[in-house]
Amino acid sequence: MSANLLAIFYLISGILFILALRGLSSPETSRQGNLFGIIGMAIAIGVTFLSVGNFSTGFLYVLGFLVIGGSVGAFIAYKIPMTAMPELVAGFHSLVGLAAVFVAISAFLNPEVFNLGSPGDIKIASLIEMSLGAAIGAITFTGSIIAFLKLRGIMSGSPITFAVQHYLNLSLGLILIGLIFYLCKTQIDTWFWTIILISFLLGILLIIPIGGADMPVVISMLNSYSGWAAAGIGFTLENTALIITGALVGSSGAILSYIMCKGMNRSFFNVILGGFGGTDQSKSKTDKEQRPVKSGNADDAAFLMKNASSVIIVPGYGMAVAQAQHALREMVDGLKKNGVKVTYAIHPVAGRMPGHMNVLLAEANVPYDEVFELEEINNDFANCDVAYVIGANDVTNPVAKTDPQSPIYGMPILDVEKSKSVLFVKRSLSPGYAGIDNDLFYRDNTLMLFADAKKMTEDIVKNL
Amino acid sequence: MEIDPFIFRLSIFILSIFIGYYVVWSVTPSLHTPLMSVTNAISSVIIVGAIIAALAGNSVNIFDTANIYGFLAIILAAINIFGGFLVTQRMLAMYKKKRKDK
Repeated sequence: MSANLLAIFYLISGILFILALRGLSSPETSRQGNLFGIIGMAIAIGVTFLSVGNFSTGFLYVLGFLVIGGSVGAFIAYKIPMTAMPELVAGFHSLVGLAAVFVAISAFLNPEVFNLGSPGDIKIASLIEMSLGAAIGAITFTGSIIAFLKLRGIMSGSPITFAVQHYLNLSLGLILIGLIFYLCKTQIDTWFWTIILISFLLGILLIIPIGGADMPVVISMLNSYSGWAAAGIGFTLENTALIITGALVGSSGAILSYIMCKGMNRSFFNVILGGFGGTDQSKSKTDKEQRPVKSGNADDAAFLMKNASSVIIVPGYGMAVAQAQHALREMVDGLKKNGVKVTYAIHPVAGRMPGHMNVLLAEANVPYDEVFELEEINNDFANCDVAYVIGANDVTNPVAKTDPQSPIYGMPILDVEKSKSVLFVKRSLSPGYAGIDNDLFYRDNTLMLFADAKKMTEDIVKNL
Repeated sequence: MEIDPFIFRLSIFILSIFIGYYVVWSVTPSLHTPLMSVTNAISSVIIVGAIIAALAGNSVNIFDTANIYGFLAIILAAINIFGGFLVTQRMLAMYKKKRKDK
């Protein structure tokens, strides 16, 4: 197959990938979009086989490994519970990162195959591209592993900080640039390996100071990195499909990070520098006087909601932890039978990754046209009888609007306090992730339901 | 004067960033999780580099060092491709509209 024809096929794959993302603009077209993505991938792999044209034993091994990897991937995809989606995505990112590192290494060791020159005499541009691809890939790999461990709960979600941390990271970054420069000058492979090792280290150091609830930003950021790594390799291999895809994924991740930061009213650097949600929240703890709260049981909650004309459900990470989405859906069915109008309000940073709550509700068969984003639904709280807050906390805290001293001041919140009454399902009065007390607990129109989210919701169903 | 082919690739890259920017902003927020899993899957098109690397060189010793990295990358990318597309499919199949019959 001629190189030109090959390039055209790679271009077609790239276009199909664009259409795959385009499909996600609405749930109706999304499945077709995914199909486009699969076809694009099949074309890319197929023409690569044809271009190598070497159907010897090596080819059988490639097929074998493809099948092994594919079966593992398929197995994971079918077995994974929807609540574990954030750690799955983090895990997948780490694989893309490591794959980029491996491809860069083999291009470095065997440059003739990719027309990049010969060992010890690789084209400067290619060297820069492959070392950037390898470095970003390595950072993505270890960073995603840390994110995975934090999301999985194997590693504590609280930030790990130490003195001169940021200076250390900065100097490592500068050293990396220096090493790439040196590598180009000397072509000595030691520098190449050092670049990869330092990048592995940097990936770990970059993610450990970032706390659990900032993971939506971290995952989006690593998503972006995996794209830039792919693009770097794409330049090295002069492959259009990889360049297009890398750019798409890179900008996709960057946009998601931006949306997540905006949802918390924090700058990207504030999140990346980390340390947020740590233990140093002494101020709010000392100020806290014992304020009275009203608490109720499932019976009260069922009575209140049954007699309401409209109810808005506000789910948060706690719903995912308690796996309460199915019980919630049952409760909503019961309410609808009583003629109550029920909708769902999702905060952009609810959960541990962008869109986390939407997937869980979809899993529980909640129709997506009953689920609304913050801007769409926020005005409706004023006219709603009951807000049922399940597993969310900071995103409902009115302090974000009233107290300029608060760490979450300025964060867009769901105006839950405007509804006639608020039912707040929570295990205890403990503060949320930001370490601040939620003013909402002490309001007259708030009824606290102290219990596990799933247990409480099930009890309400029984009482309806 | 001839234009370096690198400039063409750079043009493709930059234009693709713009395409990505506009396409991703039009993705509905409720599908942000599938967006992440599908971008994961498509970025594994890096497998084309892995295949070339794995099949490089003579067929006498197919497990040469450089080839081994290619094979490893194939496994990793294949996990991602199949896992990414299938889990996206699984998620998207769950998004349903309200039934009319109520």
